[in-house]
Amino acid sequence: MTSPGFIPIGIRFENIEKRYGGLAALRRIRFEIAPGECVALAGRNGSGKTTLLRIAARLVRPTSGELTFPSVAGAATGAAASTLKTDTIGAKVSAGFVAHATMVYDELTAEENLLLFARLQQTPNAAARVQKLLHEVGLFERRDSLVRTFSRGMRQRVAIARALLHEPSILLLDEPSTGLDPQGVAWLAAALRRLRDTGCTILMSLHGESEISMLATRAIRLDAGLIVADTRTGAEVRSILTFADA
Amino acid sequence: MSLLSSTTALLGKELRTEFRSRELLTTTVVFILMVVVLFSFTFDPTYNESRRFGPGLLWLAFLFAASLMLQPCFLREQNNDTLSALRLSVSDPFAIFFAKLIANTLFLLFTEVLMLPIFAVLYNVPVLRVLPQLLLVFFLGSLGVSIAGTALSAISAQARMRELLLPLLLLPLLTPVLVASTQVTVGLLDASPFLEWKGVGFLVVFDVVFLTALWLFGEYLLEE
Repeated sequence: MTSPGFIPIGIRFENIEKRYGGLAALRRIRFEIAPGECVALAGRNGSGKTTLLRIAARLVRPTSGELTFPSVAGAATGAAASTLKTDTIGAKVSAGFVAHATMVYDELTAEENLLLFARLQQTPNAAARVQKLLHEVGLFERRDSLVRTFSRGMRQRVAIARALLHEPSILLLDEPSTGLDPQGVAWLAAALRRLRDTGCTILMSLHGESEISMLATRAIRLDAGLIVADTRTGAEVRSILTFADA
Repeated sequence: MSLLSSTTALLGKELRTEFRSRELLTTTVVFILMVVVLFSFTFDPTYNESRRFGPGLLWLAFLFAASLMLQPCFLREQNNDTLSALRLSVSDPFAIFFAKLIANTLFLLFTEVLMLPIFAVLYNVPVLRVLPQLLLVFFLGSLGVSIAGTALSAISAQARMRELLLPLLLLPLLTPVLVASTQVTVGLLDASPFLEWKGVGFLVVFDVVFLTALWLFGEYLLEE
């Protein structure tokens, strides 16, 4: 699913803090995701998962701390700074983001939505890429229908297709299986597995265990904006994800 | 090139969604029509009064209608968090503003041109002989309203009491545009029509200054 020019990129959170007035949404967040790693975020509602994902997508500016993107290409070429600063990241390596909201226009058709974002991202062969993704997400037959006529699950499929349009090096997913039926979850798990295996870095927030959580090779648990657990051990990863809401 | 292609794609989206829903155009046209008709019937102005007060009334109606039109400009990007998707997709955030202000200017111009014959008939003012000059002042005035309004719409969409905030910020800021546009229109509807270049110059300067400010600082208005 990735293009020949694909550059694996990681994410480094350095003492990230985020405050909304007097409320600390994130505190002393410090960890690094290696390029190609698949990390699951777990935690109760309000623990800071969405804020962390929005900071990683550069939609929200942290109150303090630094967000950087270590690049394998930079390290391999011996570049002095193998860390790409946020503002030097081009459109091509920007993250694909699936949020709670679908982030697509109700008054446009599925195809028009994807074509719009493909053009904004300057995706090569935008029309062909959109057709391919519409087939993959199972919406090709409904490509000319307005998104407002879609069910929640179908909208989620459009949202996922939008996030994958530009073959992102980093994929950020906020409860991506929301609204999907079992077939949809299975398709998403297979798509994410392919992406992970080709070096795409994945950070996703999940509730409970599912086919998608099985892809995670690392789990981080947040509680009240703090990291309280971080493990790569298989059994512990499953344990954190299984009891995420405990 | 990136700014141009992004703006073109976004402008296409703005026009397509509006012509499908017709929310903004319908509201604006009906509002201006009501104001113009109600004032005409309430005051029954004479020929001379129409020339003196008609332009002010017309521009006030345009301004209030614009504040209605500009309200949902960024608000409807929040329904499905599409603004975040746009911010992630465009390399130059100014493209988001640029497309919206072009679309808003076109919508405003469309309603103004639609209302002009009705205004001319109800207020008995000849407009055909000064039509090109009127269109020029409509364009410059509408552009000023759209530039400032689009910027303030982005600010107010993220605030509490957003429905009240936009008119409260917009109307005082646009008073100079209202005054200049009205003065130029009064001159054009005079018995001996003339183009007041001072007013036109002011509108051009206002548009350039606000457009430059939006280009420089617009990105910060989009942040959460």
